[in-house]
Formats: sequence, C-alpha cells, structure tokens
Amino acid sequence: MTAADWAALRFTVMQAALSAALSCVFAIPLARALARRRFRGRDIIVTVLGAPFILPVIVAVMGLLAVFGNNGLVNKVLSFLGLPLISIYGLTGVLIAHMFFNIPLVARMVLQGWGAIPAERLRLAETLGLRGWARFRVLEWPMLQSIVPSACGIVFVICLSSFAVALTLGGGPKATTIELAIYQAFRFDFDLGKAAMLALVQFGLAGLAAIVTVSMSAKDPFARGLDRHLTTFKFGLGAAFFDGVILILISAFLGMPIFLVVAQGVWGIPDLPVSVWWAAVRSVIVATASTVLCLGLALALARRWGEIIGSAGIAVSPLVLGAGLFLMIRPFANPFDMALVVTIILNALLSLPFVLRILRPHAESIRVDYLRLAQAMNLNSAAWVRWVLIPRLRQPIGFAAGLAAALSMGDLGVIVLFGTSDHATLPLKLYQLMGAYRMEDASAVAVVLLLLSLAVFWICDLWGKRHADL
Amino acid sequence: MKHFTLAAGLLVATQALAETPVLSVYAPDYFTSEWGPGPSIEAAFEQTCACDLRFSAGDLLPRLMLEGPSTDADIVIGLNTDVTKKARSTGLFAPHGQNNTDLDLPIAWTDDVFLPFDWSYVSFIYNDTTVTTPLNSFEDLTKLPDGQKIVIQDPRSSISGLALVLWVKAVYGDKAADFWARLAPHILTVTKGWSEAYGLFTDGEADVVLSFNTSPAYHIVAEGDATKKAAIFDEGHYAYFELVAKVAGTDQPELADQFMAFVMSDAFQSLIPMTNWSYPAAQPASQWPAAFADLPAPAKAVFHDENTAADLRDIAIEEWRTALSQ
Repeated sequence: MTAADWAALRFTVMQAALSAALSCVFAIPLARALARRRFRGRDIIVTVLGAPFILPVIVAVMGLLAVFGNNGLVNKVLSFLGLPLISIYGLTGVLIAHMFFNIPLVARMVLQGWGAIPAERLRLAETLGLRGWARFRVLEWPMLQSIVPSACGIVFVICLSSFAVALTLGGGPKATTIELAIYQAFRFDFDLGKAAMLALVQFGLAGLAAIVTVSMSAKDPFARGLDRHLTTFKFGLGAAFFDGVILILISAFLGMPIFLVVAQGVWGIPDLPVSVWWAAVRSVIVATASTVLCLGLALALARRWGEIIGSAGIAVSPLVLGAGLFLMIRPFANPFDMALVVTIILNALLSLPFVLRILRPHAESIRVDYLRLAQAMNLNSAAWVRWVLIPRLRQPIGFAAGLAAALSMGDLGVIVLFGTSDHATLPLKLYQLMGAYRMEDASAVAVVLLLLSLAVFWICDLWGKRHADL
Repeated sequence: MKHFTLAAGLLVATQALAETPVLSVYAPDYFTSEWGPGPSIEAAFEQTCACDLRFSAGDLLPRLMLEGPSTDADIVIGLNTDVTKKARSTGLFAPHGQNNTDLDLPIAWTDDVFLPFDWSYVSFIYNDTTVTTPLNSFEDLTKLPDGQKIVIQDPRSSISGLALVLWVKAVYGDKAADFWARLAPHILTVTKGWSEAYGLFTDGEADVVLSFNTSPAYHIVAEGDATKKAAIFDEGHYAYFELVAKVAGTDQPELADQFMAFVMSDAFQSLIPMTNWSYPAAQPASQWPAAFADLPAPAKAVFHDENTAADLRDIAIEEWRTALSQ
C-alpha cells in the first residue's frame, strides 16, 4: 500500500466514524419526538424518512448542493441578508451528505425500537410518575442499548464504502476513500491483485465494526407485553418545545434537497421517451425479486452471527463482488445475458445488512419471549415461522422490505458493470442521459425514480403497519 | 402437398434466420444508449451488410481482460489513446487494415491497430454570462476571481480527468506541480466522472468545467443556448481521440473488416457530430455541420503517444494529488 492508500484509509475510517456518531446523535431525539407526539402529517414524515436513503447518490448530491452549495438556497439567503457565504466542500460536506442519508435510517430503526417497548412498561412509568432523566434511564436507555449499536455499525459500514459523495463534496483528493482506490485499481489499472487487497482491508474494517457493534447491543431489555398499545404520553412544555424544534429543523434539512430535486425535474416528465417507462417497469420487477430473495435470506440469518455474516454484503466493494460473479458465471454462460439475474442477486446481498440490522433485534426479542412456550407446545420450525415469527415481525419486515426494494430501485453501481442498453433499469437511463448532455431529462428521470422508490417503500411499509402501531 | 410446402418453407425460413451473421461490438454505455451514436450506426450498417449488429455495453478494457482470448467481441469501439498501451498488451487486437492517410486529424496518425473514428480537444468550458475575465491560457485560470470556481474530474477515475493531468504535464513539464499548487485554490471540487462535473456546471455551482471543445455544440444545436463557450488556450490543447479496433480472434473476419471500412465511410462519419458531439475523424472540416465548423478551435494540438502517456501517468497523477491535498 502506498502513502496515498494509507491517507485514503485514514480519511475513510475517520469520516465513517464521525458520520455514524453524528447520525445517531441527531436521530435519537428525532425518533423520540416522533414516538411521543401525534400530529397531522406525522405518518407522512415517518414514511418519507425512507426517502433520502433511497435516492441514487448522484441525485441526492445534486439536491444537497442545490440547498447548501455555493450557488444554493442557503447561500442565496445569506447573500441577500448580507452575511458571509458558506462553503461546505470539505469534511463538512461529506458529513452533511452522510447525515442526510443516514439520519432517517437510524431514526426509523430507533422509532421501531420505541414501538417494541411493551405498553405495560409505558403505563407503569406513567403510574410511577417518572419524568425526564428517570424516564430516560428506565425506558429509553435500555431500548437504545439494543438498537443504537447496530444502527451505528451499519452507518459506519455504509460510509466506509462511500466514494462519489465523499469525493465530490469533500472538495478534492484529500477526501479520497478506499473505494476510489479499489475503483482505480479495477477499472483503470486492471490490477486485480491490488483491488482485491484493498477490498479485503475494507472488508476487515467492516467486519471489525460489525463484531464490535453487535456484541455491544443488549439482548431483549423488556419482558413481553400483551400487545396493547399506548398512544397518549404526558410531557411538559419544555419537552414539547424541544421536540418541535428538532422536528422542524431535521425535516427541513431532509426535505429541502428532495423538494428541490422534485421541483427541478418534475416539469420534464411528460417529455420522457417510452424507453424510460419500460426501464421503470424493469426496475420494479428487479426490486420485487431482490426484496423477496433478501427477506428469505434475512429470516434465516436473523441471529447475532448471522448479522455479522450478512454485513459482508456492503462490506465488500460492489465492484469486487461484481467482478467475482462475472468470473464465476463466465465459464457457463455469457454474464451480460444474465445481467438482470445477477443484479437481483447482488441487490439482495447489498440490502441484506440493512434488513438484518432491522430485523435481528426484534427477532431476538421474540425468541427470548416466546421460544420456550413454543418448545413446550412442540411447535415445529415451519409453524414457528408462520404463526409466531412473521406476524410479530410484520412491522419491521414491512419497513425492511420497503427499504430493500427502494435500495434496489435506486442502485446504479451494480448495473453499470453488467448493464446493457436493452435491459436498462431506471438508474442506468439516468446515467445515460447525463452522459449525453441531457441534464433536464436526467432531472426528470430522477424525479420518476424518487417517486417510484417512495411508492414501493410506502406500499411495503403500509403492509407492515396494518395491525401495528408505530 | 400443402403441408410439405409449409414445412419446407418453415425450414428454409429458420435456416435463413439462423444464418444471419451477428457482429458483436463492445462499446461504452454512452455510445449504445438511445441518445448516443449507437442506434443510428446500427441502422446504417445493417442496411449494407445483411447482418445483425449487436452492441454490448459496459466497461471495455476490464471486461476484455477478464474475458481474454475467448471473448465474443468482433469489434471494440470507444477506447481512447491513454489506454491503448494496456489494450495492445492484451494481444487481442488485429491490424485495422484501413488507410491512415485518409484520416483528417491535427496530428499524423501512425497506429495500425487502433483507428480513430472521432476526436475533439480537451478544453475548459465556461459560462460567458458570469465569467468575464479572458481565459486564453492556463495562467488565466489561476487569475479567476474568488467567487468563480473550476470543477474538474479525478484522473484516477475519469478518462477526461487523466487527459487534463497529461495535458498540464505536456505544457508545464517539470513545473506542473507548481502550477497545480497555484490552481488548487480555484478548484471547487473534483468529481468521479464527467457527468457529475458537467451537472455541477449546468446547475451553476461551478463557472468553469473540464470538458471538450465540442461540448458547446450540443447547447447551440439542441438548446439554442450560445452562452457556454470553450476557452481556447495559446499553449495548445490535448487532442482526445476515440478509437475502434478489430479483435484478432473474431469469428466474423469479413464482417469485421466490412465494419472497419464502414467506419471510414461518409455514412458513418456524418452521423458522428450530431450524436456523439465530436469532430469526425475521416472527414475534412468543410464537410462538418456548420455548428461544428464554426466552433472556436485551438491552433495547436498537444499529444502524448501511448508510451509517454503510460510513463508520465503515475508521476502526473501524484503531482496533482499532492498539490490538491494541501
């Protein structure tokens, strides 16, 4: 490894750790605010919290720059007010982008944790008159202990393999990550040995993070409840104010870039060629297939060691995975004919870590709560899965399936390696348009992609939320 | 009798269908997309060849190196001169068989294996409504006012970024590192590829972008927008050629030769400007569309042959990286 590679490694780890920490710091109060307040539009916010994560990276970056960039909204307001302008290019930009992607993910996971606290505990806390710090210590802290390490771990691993975002918003080669080195080694130098070595380093780091965070997360902190739900909380004016501020600030931070992306692109939608709509159909089919595959794998792996193994999906660079699959398929068939199948498999693998992170804590609680009873009743595995596991996991499954489907829809990385124009999916069409100078059409396709991904996410989430209270 | 005729007819039909030869062309993504030159080239070639031309999109060199001699490709189109050394070392390519003197390029072309089909000059594109300082040389870039920034591509991940770094090395030689240090404060950011950089430019985030001197032609022709101009430097511009080559192990040698001859023909060359937004390599400027002939062009072309490019690459990238990492 050269000096440049070591610098890249240092930067990669630093920005990933900072991004993970900051995302959790902001997501926890957001989740608390959403958990204890009920207001009109809350459901929309909770669903749309899935949006930033599912945008293709290039679209999200453009949206963020439309707000925070040198020519962006914030700077326009600042110059109108006569204040000095800001420039986010640098570590700040990288952290902002990573927070934009990950705060919603962590917030949803923590919110799910809130939903898993049995109502009996909440009522008991009310009866005992627990407020503030005591309430936090008894209710929230144990819940956070089981959810946050996993969430932090996965944000760390996601940011570890960040490439285009880090480079563009980082302002230059200071912000080089290992993924860029892998990309260069593979696509430019075709030095497979170096690419593999760097990918192993990245994998090692991610594996370490996975092991540390999974072992830190507590087992089921609360005993099982009777599944009644509580919707009224009592809290003071100070808490209400704090919640309001957090909700407004973070909603604005997450919502403005998305709003600007939509506002810029929506006008071009009627002019889009038919091939784009066919690509949309193909994207949805691929997303559905990969989600089903992913869920199947996840339910089998929903244990601690399974979560660590499952993290391999994002710990290994997609380039390396793709190249490996290419080499494996080649003796038997033309890999480019199997582009869609390979995409489905790779997308399932790439979504697996997220799905596992979301499902595992809940699956573990279910096992702790009900396994003994199931064994006493002599329930076999199929019955266990059908009658106990899946119904109780319905809500996290809905969220996880939505996330996996939306991730698959927005995935560009894999299809670019194997893509052919005949079987193009929506992100590939987006990239082709950008490469042909057609930026307005590209914006329009970005909006279609965003709306379609959101729709897919919302449908899965809705399925999960029926009969449940989130 | 009727059934016999039907059966015979079907048999002949399937045989005919089975016998349409397939020419497999590997090309980059932008080439095969419906907005690139691929579809029109396919239509034009299939009219004369009685064959089926099939494009296969994807990364060219990594894919060829993974596939090795058992590759399905008959033709590879879309390589550029900075990677020809590595491509040649694979031993997969055969001489193109065309006449280099028929090409109309700013430099004399001597390569017998890789044939250029289009070209342009690497140049900075600026928005003339916001950038008022004259940009006639590299030094002028360092004199841009504070509020106006340049966006470039990373030479480690983008072929145009690599061309820039080699261009600077050709112009400045040993003083390249010093130039990069002086230009660094004016660089807004570095992107992974051309698309991201050009998107930042069209969004107004950057006022100057690294692209090709033929980029304004798209805006003039397709958008009626004449505000985006190429900065023409006195030191000369790096010439960027896109190449086509025949694969040695092709199973369709006559078709492949026919395609290579087709590339040099007017039928192919006149499709290039309006679909690939570059200058055609085998047509004199008098035959180009007005929008291209009228584009400002540099007086001098700068070029590294493939061996120099390969030797300078790592040094040039490292100088660039160190200067911009301060």
